[in-house]
Amino acid sequence: MPSPIKVPDLSKTDRDRLAQTGIDLSMTNRCGSYLQMDQDIVHAECGESGIEVLSYKRAMEKYDWLKDYAWQVVSPEKDEITKYVAAQKDPKGYVIIAHKGSNNVLPIQACLYLGKGQIQHVHNIIIAEEGAELHIISGCASGAHVGKGGAHYGISEFYVKKNAKISFTMIHNWSEDIEVFPRSASVIEENGVFLSNYVCMQPVKKVQMYPTATLKGTNSVARFSSIVISTPGSHMDLGSRAILEAPGASAELITRAITKGGTIISRGHINGKIAGTRGHLECKGLILKDGRIYAIPEIEGSVVGTELSHEAAVGKLARDEIEYLMSRGLDEDEATATIIRGFLDVKISGLPDALQKQIDASIDVAEKSGF
Amino acid sequence: MLQIKNLHVKVGDKEVLHDINLTIAEGETHVLLGPNGSGKTTLLMTIMGFSNYTITEGKILFKGEDVTSMHAHERAQRGIGMMFQRPPTISGLKLGKMLTAISHTKDENIPELAKSVHMDKFLERDINKGFSGGEIKRSEVLQLMIQNPDFVMLDEPESGVDLENISLIGTTIGSLLEKDKHLIKRRKSGLVITHTGYILDYIDADKGHVMCDGQIRCHGNPREILKDIKQRGYRECLECRHP
Repeated sequence: MPSPIKVPDLSKTDRDRLAQTGIDLSMTNRCGSYLQMDQDIVHAECGESGIEVLSYKRAMEKYDWLKDYAWQVVSPEKDEITKYVAAQKDPKGYVIIAHKGSNNVLPIQACLYLGKGQIQHVHNIIIAEEGAELHIISGCASGAHVGKGGAHYGISEFYVKKNAKISFTMIHNWSEDIEVFPRSASVIEENGVFLSNYVCMQPVKKVQMYPTATLKGTNSVARFSSIVISTPGSHMDLGSRAILEAPGASAELITRAITKGGTIISRGHINGKIAGTRGHLECKGLILKDGRIYAIPEIEGSVVGTELSHEAAVGKLARDEIEYLMSRGLDEDEATATIIRGFLDVKISGLPDALQKQIDASIDVAEKSGF
Repeated sequence: MLQIKNLHVKVGDKEVLHDINLTIAEGETHVLLGPNGSGKTTLLMTIMGFSNYTITEGKILFKGEDVTSMHAHERAQRGIGMMFQRPPTISGLKLGKMLTAISHTKDENIPELAKSVHMDKFLERDINKGFSGGEIKRSEVLQLMIQNPDFVMLDEPESGVDLENISLIGTTIGSLLEKDKHLIKRRKSGLVITHTGYILDYIDADKGHVMCDGQIRCHGNPREILKDIKQRGYRECLECRHP
């Protein structure tokens, strides 16, 4: 087991905030770890053979071939965010490489912590080589005290090679004044599987992201799942896109969105470019208090033989469902929480138990504070 | 156990139950008969405390306590339970999770109980989603087994159920109502809506009532009333104005 991570100057509250994003500083249930606090890289190591966790800079020095993976699926010219990160002379972030045939039973944790009111930038590259299986939990949090000006700009490029699998579970725990701009994309080769999960149950000023998966290999699979709650003052512009370019490629984009007064824009786009591809997009929204859920599901097919579907629904908690549970003895609050809990309960097939439990734990925290 | 006095109920702007009087003693099971739309389900939903059903006059007493203005969960906690004819589907909520939520801190062996009504394979399914008629009834019975109410209301427990399942559901309801106990030791009471009367083979009802146009029109031996209705239909009941 890797040794515990020594974190300088972190209060008990902020340690708890990190723990809520799935970061285990004791390393009991993690095989590797990357920890960046603001712009300082505190920790980067992995105890699993065949898997490397390196800082971006160290990785670029170690492997010359990595330059062929940087800024390949995300363009540095894409927008102001990518331009800002690309212009950095001292790039931060991590590179995780699961070499051919390797796999990790215990997940690797990547923690990006924002302790000051400034921009944190990272550039991450994640590669699962042929036949490798890689599970990552990415916990992103800020200190409870961080005020205006705090922002996170994150570029992530994923490469899922032939017969490989990556699961990437990102849990956010920012605060009311933080703005977050992830920019990520993935390429999935033959029989590759990419699972991307996003959980945000806590306040944030703004999140804007639209990760894209390009399914280039035969029978490749991408599944995006997002579980989010938007509190008053939060503006969450979320989406995911899958481009199906090979026979047998399939994608599933699932969102569960709840507003308690904030705004959620839930975008989704599946593009079936060739025959023999399948895709399904599903967004379910619940408005608990006046806020806004704006679902924009897009499906685009341009050939005979691509099968795409979408399902979107925005509504309120049904009175008859609440009273059904009340007639079994639950009071109104318990009945409501039980139904919301069920609504958010997206079981992600292929996700290791430990990570599913982490997602469930994030929902537990939200439930305990009364959703 | 249950006493209903001079009960008037509105749904929306319309009064649908008029001057209902009904007393069910401890250990007794009563049957409620009547044509479709006569108000039988409305009466059960009102006793359970659903908010769509507004009591404009009258009282409901349960174990001597006035429950007229109580919420559904308060009535459930006092021992009133109901088997719904068409319960809602709750997306994402697994039957097993619901049973755990109902059981609170009690130590029931949920998988074992589920197995006894052939619902063990449904514990990980969304509640009522895609359930057949028989599966819905078995799920309802299972929830009642965990809730273990003193007064059980059953809204058409045999509708949509095949013959094999009727026997399983009937026997289980029979034990919920303590029909396996000697009359003197029986503490559970029930009120059952039935059209076919099949359920009577399992629960030996004590009294029958006929409801028409939101009123209880007559009372009597449940099997005799049922036999009469089967032979003559409800025409005479509808015409009858003097219960």
